[in-house]
Amino acid sequence: MRPTFDPFVLPFVIGTTFVLMYCFIGMIRIIWQLPKKDRRKFGLSLITPKTLWKNIKDLFGDCLFHVKIWKRKPLIGYMHSAIAFGWFMIIIVGHFETVAFSPLRGVEMPFMQKLMSNLYLPIFFRYFAIEGLTLKAQIFSFLMDFFLLMIISGIVIAVVKKKRPRKVGMKRVTKFGIKEDLVRIALWTIFPLRFLAESSVAGFAGGSFLTKFLGFDLLFGGNYNETLSMVLWWLYSIDLAIFMFVLPFTRYMHIPAEALLILLRNAGLKTTAPRKGYALAEIYSCPSCGLCIDVCPMSEYKNDYKKTAVYFMRNIRRKNKREVRKMTEICLMCGKCVEVCPLGIESLNIKMAQRANISYRMKSDFGYLERLRDYETTSQQVIVSKSKSKSESESKSESKIVYFAGCMSHLTPKITRSMVKIFEEAKENYEFLDKNGSICCGRPMMLTGKVNEAKSLIEKNTELIKSSGAKRLVLSCPICYKVFKEEYHLEGIEILHHTQYINELIENDKIHVDRSDKRYVYHDPCELGRAFKVYDEPRNIIDNIGLLTRGKSDKDMSVCCGGSIGSITMTIEERDEITTNSIKDLMHNNPEEIVTACPLCQKTFARKSPIAVKDIAEIVVENLEDE
Amino acid sequence: MIDFGFSISKSSHIQMDDVDLKLFNKLETLCPDIKTCMACGLCTATCTAGNFTDVSFRQIILMLQRGKEKEALQKVKKCMMCGKCLLVCSRGINTRNILLSITRIYNEAQNI
Repeated sequence: MRPTFDPFVLPFVIGTTFVLMYCFIGMIRIIWQLPKKDRRKFGLSLITPKTLWKNIKDLFGDCLFHVKIWKRKPLIGYMHSAIAFGWFMIIIVGHFETVAFSPLRGVEMPFMQKLMSNLYLPIFFRYFAIEGLTLKAQIFSFLMDFFLLMIISGIVIAVVKKKRPRKVGMKRVTKFGIKEDLVRIALWTIFPLRFLAESSVAGFAGGSFLTKFLGFDLLFGGNYNETLSMVLWWLYSIDLAIFMFVLPFTRYMHIPAEALLILLRNAGLKTTAPRKGYALAEIYSCPSCGLCIDVCPMSEYKNDYKKTAVYFMRNIRRKNKREVRKMTEICLMCGKCVEVCPLGIESLNIKMAQRANISYRMKSDFGYLERLRDYETTSQQVIVSKSKSKSESESKSESKIVYFAGCMSHLTPKITRSMVKIFEEAKENYEFLDKNGSICCGRPMMLTGKVNEAKSLIEKNTELIKSSGAKRLVLSCPICYKVFKEEYHLEGIEILHHTQYINELIENDKIHVDRSDKRYVYHDPCELGRAFKVYDEPRNIIDNIGLLTRGKSDKDMSVCCGGSIGSITMTIEERDEITTNSIKDLMHNNPEEIVTACPLCQKTFARKSPIAVKDIAEIVVENLEDE
Repeated sequence: MIDFGFSISKSSHIQMDDVDLKLFNKLETLCPDIKTCMACGLCTATCTAGNFTDVSFRQIILMLQRGKEKEALQKVKKCMMCGKCLLVCSRGINTRNILLSITRIYNEAQNI
């Protein structure tokens, strides 16, 4: 019988206790920082069966199997799930094994040691227990060896990824400092050391294909060397301790933080403060995996990828205020980083909260909006007098449509003209709300972090739209569409982007288009595609008109046009570079025309594109069937 | 004096020697693209707010260069940040950033 305690377990026990305490305090702190309403919501979610089930599903799916990474990069997905799931299983199976073969059964020991033994026994099981050769023991040791092999295979990929990122499908990876290197090396060596330590005692303690045959028989030549074995167990324990002690201060903090983030997210919470509560959980959850680097349109400019979301999260964690501000202001807010993030960290919301905190000392004065009422009524009167009689227009108000073109569409009169043509072709009862100019929808104001100022614009527009009496609102600009969907309270009015509207007209045979052999490529505007998943409607329309080809990346991976008003400080040189890259991406399959559904994208592309760039409404009008 | 119902308008003459351009120079170092402005007026022509009121990016810059800071800041207040001027600018000037920098620099100096 071997002893039940050895000093070599101490580093591990102390390290683990430290990490558990640190995480517990951190968790309490984050929950404490949540607004009262959110805290209540979170508490309730933990006892609601539906969210409880979702929590369990997500904890397994995201923390252990990394399903989201598998979908994008299978090899990296395997790497993460092999290490995470393998390690988890080693700990779980270790506990079962301890219960099944506990050498402690019936052994009297002090309370503290009993408490500690719950921590160290499953981890250093082989040192303390001699399983024998029963079937049960062999099944356990096979499982342990299998999962150890799984982890080691994951670590091999990790080493390859570090040395040659391209081999695993990544162009660029995040750069790290000494602390992060230390913790990574500690993590990488944990499992080879475990393999060696377990192998050294496998001769009598038992083992399976890996530790017994490969390790003990082949590597150690079937000899048991007590000193060597002790050294290996000590190294294994110290290595674990190093990892545990450095963990809270490095990116590996994401392991515990992610679990909390999943619970908070499933409770339906959102970022409310730039570095508190939910945002803090997100900040600690960022694993610095760098998947957002390759997708960020900004990283194409001079290959400078230090502005991407992963560096933003790092700087915000280190409270590097200057850098945070720079990165907050330059971001295009295209949302690709959020789309690829395997942890679903909404860095855009954090950026918006940061922007709201920046003081530009701008005191807005929208007093002139009051005068707008007279202005608008005159323009409305023209339209009302056009429709034949008042009673007729009232009876039609059920099906009345109000069209709001938005600022940007007024820069591209082709779009508004096309829309008017389409409305007339479909014989719709419509009102062109901002025919003679409009006020802004409020989204650009929101993007500069000035929520209150945006609210006054929103109120004004709501008033105008409601007074029109229409039941449907058609918009031409995705920037407007986003803010109308998210911030406006237009009860009883259906909000449509013109792609959705035109698609409906075509499907209901209200307008007829001719089909040609022209090759089109469709560019998904960020605020229509990624934000609202309007992918199929525009594609349906193009399918009815010509041949739809694909760019190199589309739908949720579509590249920002570079014109985004999301960025405050980006210079024209940087914007041009992004535009050029985006066009290169779209030209992948040699289309004849680029089609988009956003006046801003259209205008930005048109400056740099070698082929025609058109809005979807334009090509519909071009191909209307002659009657 | 006989009241003719009209009078001679006040001189709009600006004595440039008295104008303190310290803040404008600060703005220029922060946003160097402002130097490339050639006052073509595309921004003014497209301005959403300019449709209803007298805000004009081109004028704001001109006023700041001439030391008429108060008037310029009054105009900035009416901006809706929509970004149309940014899109049409023939010189690729980051107009929105300049407007935000103006309020920051000038209001900071006056402690507003």
